[in-house]
Amino acid sequence: MQALYFVLGIPLLGGAVLAWCGHRRFARDVNVAFSLGTFVAACVLTAQIIADGPMFGWQREFFIDPLHVFLVTLTAFVGLTTAIFSRPYMRVEEDHGKMTPKRLRLYHSMYQLFSFTMLVALTTNNMGILWVAMEAATLTTVMLVSVYRTAASLEAAWKYFILCGVGIAQALFGTVLLYMAAEKVIGHEGGALLWSNLNAVKQQLDPDIITLAFAFLFIGYGTKVGLVPLHNWLPDAHAEGPTPVSAVLSGLLLNVALYAILRFKVLTDGSLGNQLAGHMMMGFGLASVLVAAFFLSRQRDVKRMFAYSSIEHMGLITFAFGMGGPIATYAGLLHMTVHSLIKSAIFFAVGHATQKAGTQIMADIRGLMTVNPTVGWGLMLGALAILGMPPFGVFASEFLILTTAMREHAWATPLLLLALGVAFAAIFARVQPMVFGDTSVRPLLHPPALLPVFVHLGLGLMLGLYIPPYLDEWYRQAARMIGG
Amino acid sequence: MNGVVGQLINFCAALLLLLAFAMISQRRILSLIHLFTLQGVALVAATVLVGYVTAQPHLYLSAALTFVLKVLLIPWLLYRVIDRLNVRWDMETLINIPTTMLVGIGLVMFAFYLALPISQLSATIVRGNLGIALACVLLSFLMMITRSKAVPQVIGFLALENGLFFAATSATYGMPMVVELGIALDVLVGILILGVFMFQIREQFDSLDIRHLESLKED
Repeated sequence: MQALYFVLGIPLLGGAVLAWCGHRRFARDVNVAFSLGTFVAACVLTAQIIADGPMFGWQREFFIDPLHVFLVTLTAFVGLTTAIFSRPYMRVEEDHGKMTPKRLRLYHSMYQLFSFTMLVALTTNNMGILWVAMEAATLTTVMLVSVYRTAASLEAAWKYFILCGVGIAQALFGTVLLYMAAEKVIGHEGGALLWSNLNAVKQQLDPDIITLAFAFLFIGYGTKVGLVPLHNWLPDAHAEGPTPVSAVLSGLLLNVALYAILRFKVLTDGSLGNQLAGHMMMGFGLASVLVAAFFLSRQRDVKRMFAYSSIEHMGLITFAFGMGGPIATYAGLLHMTVHSLIKSAIFFAVGHATQKAGTQIMADIRGLMTVNPTVGWGLMLGALAILGMPPFGVFASEFLILTTAMREHAWATPLLLLALGVAFAAIFARVQPMVFGDTSVRPLLHPPALLPVFVHLGLGLMLGLYIPPYLDEWYRQAARMIGG
Repeated sequence: MNGVVGQLINFCAALLLLLAFAMISQRRILSLIHLFTLQGVALVAATVLVGYVTAQPHLYLSAALTFVLKVLLIPWLLYRVIDRLNVRWDMETLINIPTTMLVGIGLVMFAFYLALPISQLSATIVRGNLGIALACVLLSFLMMITRSKAVPQVIGFLALENGLFFAATSATYGMPMVVELGIALDVLVGILILGVFMFQIREQFDSLDIRHLESLKED
């Protein structure tokens, strides 16, 4: 149990320490050290859960079961690699004059607090605290997106704040309704917002209230997942913030928001006993996949393009969870993992590439292979991996999703294939000239941190070829829990 | 006795809705902040009354929290912001006000239609007010949509929180205390960040008009 307190305590302490010394030269190393500490604690926690099974903490306010614990590890892991990536990245930004000491302090402190809010959202058992943590995550990322203080970044952050603030306010209304339904069964004193209690009595929850509650919760947290038509904030926030922030937004925040929806889907399915939640998720998921694929082909900014790709993949995952059943849910969880890893790897490579070229416009980025072959290969392999080329993990999960769709919802398969095809053509056609082609750009002053890119890609490759038995077991357990 | 208090609670709820309409129709920023403060007062009164009639002591605590946050601290911050930024002008709305009011009436009917079956299932004495709470939420949305300046948008956002808070009070006698504390903290931090933003937007664009924030869009 102590491990959980370390998982939550280390980033919180990190936020406080870096608020005080985040502008010093050694702050980037301190940032990495705190992230490393969180990751080690998360690994210990995972080992304990694998050995002892689910556990509660602090008067049942925290609850760790197989579904949480791997997401916790994934979050801590991507948090660590992004911190490593941001070391040289922020040094270059400092040299370019985009980061002042004050902004660096804000950045480092908010980075740790953001990890903290993510981890609280993942480990809490209280659906009200889940809301509080998601809102706090919005606040910290708003600060991170606006850190450059340019006109465009302020606009992106304002849009993000207002849209997600309103979205998440609806989720609060949904939480109130959920509490109302639960109170009638559990009573006022019995912790009626604790998920473990709700899950135990989900069959008795009033279906009318739960239907309305799920609609509000789905729209609310769906705004944060970036589901169409609530996705407008996402490309702007990704494109205008610093690249490490884009990596954690795509790799972590979207996952955690989707995780919140999954928690409520389990309750809704139990209460209603029908496919309503699943159908809503399928509809919004499919719309996201299609719309994002076509918007993707029109982008000129590289970070915007990969932001739309994130919408597309979140749509696909939502669709998979909406179909339900053990195979689709298994595929959804696998896709969640590999998308996190590979999309953040792509953003790492893109970050170095844009710094080198001094622009985010794809037409002006050329010849990465000649300037820095490792960045070039990183971006090329990352793009191929995210497009679902075998043998990367995305291929395995997309294959499972498509075959399930073909068997159970055949009408959706051509639409999905069309969207995936359009996305493939769009991304490949733009990444190829960026990587190959001629250039006259000078190398960067500080050697880029490319280890995270290849570690992530390697893991993505491994998951495509071989899923370790305990991970497989976790996917199965979690899939049983979500998919019924 | 409970009958009288029940009527008083309904009166406060009606006042909340009326103030939501008044905010939609108000053009002057200063008056808008006054109205927001009044809405906070009505909310505090409703919460205290519900707490009294149901003998739920934690509602007094949350009423006190609302009072400090929504009646004292946030209006004071807003006054400071508009004073420092010197924005007291009349502001135009994107849709004219009579049309907005008509849309607002439609929203209220929709809210009642949506909340009626749900509120009958609620066990609380103030269950009829769930419709009013939802109506306040939707009217605040409307206000955020129709205003093009940053400060009214923020006030709309805060009025939205008022509506949600009232929903929690009338549907379930308030959320658990730890959740309410968390929400209050988020609102406070949020308003501080928005305040800082307003200064930065002003610095960048020489205006608080949100219509300047339209450069990021798809071609």
